[in-house]
Amino acid sequence: MVSELPWDSKTGTLRRDLAEGMMNPACANALEAAFQIKRRYGGDIITITMGPPMAEEVLYEATAMGADRGVLLTDPYMAGGDTFVTSHTLARAIEKECPDFDLVLCGCHTSDSETAQVGPQLAEELDIPGVAYVEQLEINNRTVRMQRLSDNFFETLEMDLPGLVTVTTQANAPRYPSLSVLETAFGKPDISILGAADLGLEPETIGVQGSPTKILDVYSSTAKKKNLIMKGTAKKIVDEVFEKFGDRISGAIKKDLKTHYHEKKP
Amino acid sequence: MNTKKRAIWVFGDYRNYFQNRVTLQLLAKANDLAPKISAEVCAVLFGQGLDQYVAEYIAHGAQKVYVVEHRSLKNYSVEKYAVLLERLANDYQPETILVGATSFGKEFAPRVAKRLGTGLTADCIGLKITEDGLLLQIAPSFGGNLLAEIITPNHRPQMATVRPGTFQEIPHNNELRGEVVRLPIQKDLPEDRVRLIANERQAQRDQRIEDAPVVVCGGRGMGSKKKFKKLFDLADLMGGEVGGTRPVVYAGWLDTDALVGQAGKHIKPKILLSFGISGAIQHTAATTEADFIIAVNKNPNATMMKMADVAVVADASQFCTALIKGLKARIQA
Ligand SMILES: Cc1cc2nc3c(=O)[nH]c(=O)nc-3n(C[C@H](O)[C@H](O)[C@H](O)COP(=O)(O)OP(=O)(O)OC[C@H]3O[C@@H](n4cnc5c(N)ncnc54)[C@H](O)[C@@H]3O)c2cc1C
Repeated sequence: MVSELPWDSKTGTLRRDLAEGMMNPACANALEAAFQIKRRYGGDIITITMGPPMAEEVLYEATAMGADRGVLLTDPYMAGGDTFVTSHTLARAIEKECPDFDLVLCGCHTSDSETAQVGPQLAEELDIPGVAYVEQLEINNRTVRMQRLSDNFFETLEMDLPGLVTVTTQANAPRYPSLSVLETAFGKPDISILGAADLGLEPETIGVQGSPTKILDVYSSTAKKKNLIMKGTAKKIVDEVFEKFGDRISGAIKKDLKTHYHEKKP
Repeated sequence: MNTKKRAIWVFGDYRNYFQNRVTLQLLAKANDLAPKISAEVCAVLFGQGLDQYVAEYIAHGAQKVYVVEHRSLKNYSVEKYAVLLERLANDYQPETILVGATSFGKEFAPRVAKRLGTGLTADCIGLKITEDGLLLQIAPSFGGNLLAEIITPNHRPQMATVRPGTFQEIPHNNELRGEVVRLPIQKDLPEDRVRLIANERQAQRDQRIEDAPVVVCGGRGMGSKKKFKKLFDLADLMGGEVGGTRPVVYAGWLDTDALVGQAGKHIKPKILLSFGISGAIQHTAATTEADFIIAVNKNPNATMMKMADVAVVADASQFCTALIKGLKARIQA
């Protein structure tokens, strides 16, 4: 479960290295969108992730399902970064590893934080048009047409490639790699592993150090009310609830309630 | 530049004005924070035909409103608005910029922050000023059932997004006065590289869960989709709305737009009935404004039970059935 991810009590950041090497749900949708595009229009799929060494697993998974190659960005200096430095790091890796890209697909958010900030910030870093929360997309020549729901508006948008799209979990049904596919994905998948130095990034500009936001403290909130505990049979508790709070309920639902209630009417 | 008064800016997000009062809520919060750092509260808005919003923002506590009005800004545009806000922030150097975490805000704010080279905290549930005069951004921490206090010590402006419903607006006050600063659109403002082809407003539901006087919320403890359906009968009887937790939405027992929590709707009902919900912070962050909470859980130690006024130790689904029966018998025909 994501909500049980281990914490580093010293830095207050999530120890993603101890978290399971599982693909983030929305990223699985982004990958599925890439497969669909490849099937219809061709192209090479390069998957990129930043994380602890074991994050390589999701790249294996993606390659087994049909991605052409993977890039893992891993370096202790990259750890604990906020979205500002994460998008910076990813952008430099894209420029280095696939400078001629046509389309960058991202999951709209991670399920452990849901900031949804990395995609839009990556578009800024790469200086390309970007659209977030896309539910449908199709490509015509060099134009992408997208649909999404944004604050109660159904929007249809277009942009020319190269561009960036973040995909919601509603966009498609991601395939899951069957065990047999994973097992028969023999041969060494094409995965490059890069650290900060390979990207020419100074440690002060990435990870915890480079992040404009700093975590001061992490604590559990203990808002407790003085409350009334009710036990017994459901019927008995219901009677007690109405006896004690009938007025309040009646006021909220704007209906009169019988105060004296007898189950069997005479 | 140093002679300028410090300022807290609130981005004026008016597209869904009647459904979504997050800008007014942020103006209220900004008014709460501003005296602590002797700052003025400013709203910033872009578009066309904005007079009514300018007046509203002033009546809700904006001491100054920066307005850029132009035909070409009529439709919301992430890229154009981001460039505009970046340039204004560079000119006026606000201490802080607050943006509502609407769909638009969640895409727009990160881009502005990136352009300004500063930090941004998503979905804050609390904002305070530290002893050093910094903006303390309180947000549910990544994945954990914990709150994180975050600051942006060395970069300006300090930026945060806040979900609609997190803070309370101050009542409309026609007596309030504010300065309106109208700025011309810059000639070199780039065209948005994303083109809007069609834009259709979605039909609104009659009653929204955010305003409902009674909310019946269900969690995983309801047991099954079939049992979960009983909550709709209960809500119907009480003239309320049904909401739920993330596992319930993921399981397909409930529509996504009825998710209550950090990633969904904030509610403020007179009565909240909570069935089979553990009370994770991502959920309870959005229920603290309920006047009265009745929680049902078979575990008396669940956090939700501790937050409730009445903690019913029972099977959620059975209790729901009994409550429906009890209500039907008592409602005067
Ligand atoms: C970034 C992020 C964002 C999130 N956003 C949200 C959000 O917006 N909204 C949200 O709700 N969650 C959100 N979550 C998930 C949240 O952390 C919790 O996992 C979720 O709220 C738990 O839902 P639950 O209470 O239904 O399930 P559980 O935590 O599994 O609790 C079930 C409860 O039911 C009780 N129970 C079991 N059987 C019975 C029975 N027969 N009768 C009575 N009680 C019973 C149990 O004792 C338990 O207390 C988010 C998580 C993350 C990481």
